[in-house]
Amino acid sequence: MVTMAAGPLPTELLRWIVALPAAGVLWHVSAGRRWPASARVVGPGVVLGAFAVALAAVAALHAAPEGAALRDHVAGWIAAGPFQADAALRLDRLSAVMTLVVTGIGFLIHVYSVGYMHDDPDSVRFFTYLNLFITAMLVLVLADNLLLLFVGWEGVGLCSYLLIGFWYTDTANAVAGKKAFLVNRIGDAAFLVGLFLLWNATGTLDFAGLDARLSDLATMTVGGWSLPLVAGLLLLAGACGKSAQIPLYVWLPDAMAGPTPVSALIHAATMVTAGVYLVARLHGLYALAPAALAVVAVIGTATALFAAVIGTAQTDIKRVLAYSTISQLGFMFLGLGVGVPGAAIFHVVTHAFFKALLFLGAGSVIHALGGEQDMRRMGGLARRLPVTFWTMVAATLAIAGIPPLSGFFSKDEIVWGAFAGPHAAPVLGVVAYTAAFLTAFYMGRLLCMTFLGECRASEEVQHHVHESPWTMLGPLVVLAALAVGGGFLPVPRYLDPVLGAPLPGIAAAHAETPAPLGVLALATLVAAAGLALAYWMYVVQPAMPWIVTAQLGGFYRLVRDKFRVDELYDGVVVRPLFALAGFFARVFDPAVVDGAVNGAGVAVAATSALWRRLQTGNVQHYALSFLLGAIVLVAWFVRG
Amino acid sequence: MNQLLFLVLAALTVLGALGVVLRTNPVHSALALVATLFLLSVLFVGLDAQLVAVLQIIVYAGAIVVLFLFVIMLLNLQTDVRVLGGGTLVAAALAGGLALAALLVAAVRGASPGPRGALPAGFGATVSLAHKLFTDYLLSFELTSILLLVAVVGAVALAQKKR
Amino acid sequence: MGPTPLSWYLVLSAVLFVIGALGVLVRRNIIVIFMAIELMLNAVNLTFVAFARSLASTDGQVIVFFVMTVAAAEAAVGLAIILAMFRNRETVNADEITSLRW
Repeated sequence: MVTMAAGPLPTELLRWIVALPAAGVLWHVSAGRRWPASARVVGPGVVLGAFAVALAAVAALHAAPEGAALRDHVAGWIAAGPFQADAALRLDRLSAVMTLVVTGIGFLIHVYSVGYMHDDPDSVRFFTYLNLFITAMLVLVLADNLLLLFVGWEGVGLCSYLLIGFWYTDTANAVAGKKAFLVNRIGDAAFLVGLFLLWNATGTLDFAGLDARLSDLATMTVGGWSLPLVAGLLLLAGACGKSAQIPLYVWLPDAMAGPTPVSALIHAATMVTAGVYLVARLHGLYALAPAALAVVAVIGTATALFAAVIGTAQTDIKRVLAYSTISQLGFMFLGLGVGVPGAAIFHVVTHAFFKALLFLGAGSVIHALGGEQDMRRMGGLARRLPVTFWTMVAATLAIAGIPPLSGFFSKDEIVWGAFAGPHAAPVLGVVAYTAAFLTAFYMGRLLCMTFLGECRASEEVQHHVHESPWTMLGPLVVLAALAVGGGFLPVPRYLDPVLGAPLPGIAAAHAETPAPLGVLALATLVAAAGLALAYWMYVVQPAMPWIVTAQLGGFYRLVRDKFRVDELYDGVVVRPLFALAGFFARVFDPAVVDGAVNGAGVAVAATSALWRRLQTGNVQHYALSFLLGAIVLVAWFVRG
Repeated sequence: MNQLLFLVLAALTVLGALGVVLRTNPVHSALALVATLFLLSVLFVGLDAQLVAVLQIIVYAGAIVVLFLFVIMLLNLQTDVRVLGGGTLVAAALAGGLALAALLVAAVRGASPGPRGALPAGFGATVSLAHKLFTDYLLSFELTSILLLVAVVGAVALAQKKR
Repeated sequence: MGPTPLSWYLVLSAVLFVIGALGVLVRRNIIVIFMAIELMLNAVNLTFVAFARSLASTDGQVIVFFVMTVAAAEAAVGLAIILAMFRNRETVNADEITSLRW
């Protein structure tokens, strides 16, 4: 890869992409206190500015030869002996795509938030956290080395915690935030160990350096295992935490406790894709360990199916979308695992469009119904919320994978990669089709229950139903346009120079041959079938759901209760930990630690109580000791 | 000195010493002390230390013991009911004392007299002592005189009645 | 009988010293304790004089001179202390003055 510093200042643009949202944060915590209304302008404004600067930087990137990267060395950071990590930013095609998504979608969601949080007294704090999140996410995607990436990684985790528990006066929200943070921590610990291994093996953590040493890494081992395999799996664990894959996905459904714009931005479009970005960025490393890629693919596929199943039985509109996100992320991991990272990133982009749209639309519905989130009390809103309805239709068709909308193209590339990609596994492809069918089904179900049929809300709620203000509808329209037309963006081809063959002999980043028409037709059929089934069950024959659930009985209840995974974790991990902590707090600490310290004191006191009896106060007793001493001395001198 | 004479004097001296330590009446102890001092003075004469012998009588028997008697009379001390300290103390002291005695005797029994020329003329007389005091030991002499001054002032200060 | 050997004088001195030491340790009356201390000092004087004679050196007698001087000073101050103590405690028994005990 060629790094260049061409032209007057193109590389120094990069730091402004990160600096603008950071400046927004500073504004909000200082001037924003006394001038709360400014937050509504500054918040979205700095993100728009970052988007503009990003566009300029991308233009500069295209003036450079293909495959090059712009590198902005902002400052030296750590230089401790052989270990060096700089605060440096890197813009290549991969980080360009991510940056544009983050700033673009981020801007739209900021605008939406102006409307959504209009009546909230804490809106300044909200925009502070949102800007902080954008800053951290940009650090993550623009980082030139793994350590700086990790800084951004932790930063988005922090913002996720802050924003999930935004309405902290309700303890349940705070608990959800804490759960997100702790589950992510588990992944982060593995991430760090992976970092240590990589640095220990290569002496560098920046991406250029790692790419240069790939041929060395190929043969290294640690503890008898292949180093790329171990490092790859450890970093994958970190990615599973951040991107909510099995087994670390449990925080994402609970994260819906946060405000809907947060769910849209963080838990759909950007933060959760950080894991996908990480694996894509290190695709060279993973290419050296096909076993690790297999694990990635299996986890992704399993998660996709598992979450899709659970999603079919949820009744909270945001929960359905949460499980949908987990499932779609599983698709992206499948793409990474079968060797088509370009397709995975393509799906990141299209998923950002339609999932953000879905969440924002759901937010619009919730806003219209005065806070109702249970789909069983919705229905028949199509006529009363037309803009919301039609944009949601676009999003649903996109996510189901109906051509020519965006979701069709990206999902199709991934599934075709499962059949014909460099590390193809047709079994996974079949499972992926099943998950796609279920995706179409539960999204259709959501659409039908929310907008079609009879309205099941109470009279009072129905009275207040109104379409959202234009600050909220505008982004919906823009996103709908992107969801419809975004499929024509040639993202995989665009990313070829970056995600292409890192080593001679390793296959390219996308399937060699385009998918045959039959496969495309099958995908469309699967999607249409799912939507049709949902329509039939929820609009044509409204009694069907009851019949089906009655037939399935226990299995239905298991699915509805998310397979009781949270309860399992609680029993296997949480309770034993609390018991251990309780033991240490109530038994070990008072008895052993305090015992030792107090014991030392008691021992000293006891010893001194013994010795002080020598002080009788009687002079003759002291004289006696003189005598004894004198005897000893004389004896010493007599013996000579 | 004649050995027989020495033995007699030694026996009497020991008796006197025992009297000091064992008599219950403090005045009797003081008198026994005087007797012991006198006998020691005689021993000194026998050892050709005439000046020291005389000083012994003048200073020790004549001043220090008199001081003791003054204090006894001032405090109007009577014979105590209980003369000795606690039993364990006595036992330990006796044991220690016997041990020390044994050790010391063992140490000195084989003492051989050093190279002994003839005694210089005037050995033990005032002049030779004074000669030493004012030449070799002048500093110590002066310091002792200061010491005496300090002791006198201190004694007066300590013995004053509080106002 | 011949002249007395040096060692006899030294043994006598040791015996006197031990008797004095016992007196210090055993008697309760402080005045008597003091007298026993004087006895110990005199035993030492005897040792010095005996060695002076034996080594034909006047230095021993000079030391005795100093010992006597210091003993006088010590007796004066010590008795003054006893007087002061008697005024405070009404007692001259060593085992009744134990306020510095534990």
